Amino acid sequence: MVQFETIRIGDTLPGRSHTPTNVSLFLYNAAIWNAHRIHYDSEYTTGVEKHPGIVVDGPLQGDWLTQVVLAWAGDAAELLEFEYANRRACYLGEALRTGGTVKSLDPVKRRVTVELFVLNPAGTVTTSGSAVLGFRPA
Amino acid sequence: MPGLLTPEILAAIGQAEPPMRVEVTRREIMKYAVATEQRLEKYLRGDEAPPMFVFGAFRDVVPLAELGPDGIARSSAMPELPLKRVMAGGFRFQYSRPIRPGDVLVSTRVLADIHEKQGASGPLIFLVYERRVATEAGEPVLTETQTRIVR
Repeated sequence: MVQFETIRIGDTLPGRSHTPTNVSLFLYNAAIWNAHRIHYDSEYTTGVEKHPGIVVDGPLQGDWLTQVVLAWAGDAAELLEFEYANRRACYLGEALRTGGTVKSLDPVKRRVTVELFVLNPAGTVTTSGSAVLGFRPA
Repeated sequence: MPGLLTPEILAAIGQAEPPMRVEVTRREIMKYAVATEQRLEKYLRGDEAPPMFVFGAFRDVVPLAELGPDGIARSSAMPELPLKRVMAGGFRFQYSRPIRPGDVLVSTRVLADIHEKQGASGPLIFLVYERRVATEAGEPVLTETQTRIVR
């Protein structure tokens, strides 16, 4: 768990690799009650919506970005603000990597702003985001 | 091709959906936590909801007959538009406190803005929705700003 006093601008937040499967995407879309066929119907996805394959949900990638922040900060901080945008589609079978960087620090308010990203196997950002954390008093 | 947004479409700005009341259960949080590959025990046990749990918590549950051929329910706050393909846009959240099992939450959502931009491959319409979530007792939980892009 990171200590506020040791954080520096430019610090790297450890990321993870996520490779969704048909099963994990099914469970995610069931959990959020989403029946959009681009997440499970291959023929429809390529034939009608003209994607090259089953599409990984944008908000799922947003969730992964919150996990980068929460795994890094642990119980030392609370998440105050979070935003993300899906830049380009990701497809079933791609190994997607998350990560982040510390962008700014406010020592008085004990706040840290981080930038977050999901990268596809080509190294292109598919989802970008940012978060503001409030660190608890020492 | 400017001027896709007719006065009829722009009149939808400010349109509010009926408030939605949701009872949060531990089991629902656990399902979400597993499906999103959470690693923190508090989420996997369902003691607290992950920050993005809210995305699914307030999605409309409508009869099957109200789902389109694409599998999507038409939102009551989505005006009839000259463009049809909806893309995931962006979300911004401001959190006041975590969601926990047993919470009874009330969400109110407004279509806050509609605007048009010229994209690389044609016109894009942006729909901006603002959602406020509070407990039934009135304690603020979070606000969410969603931008949907239609092309």
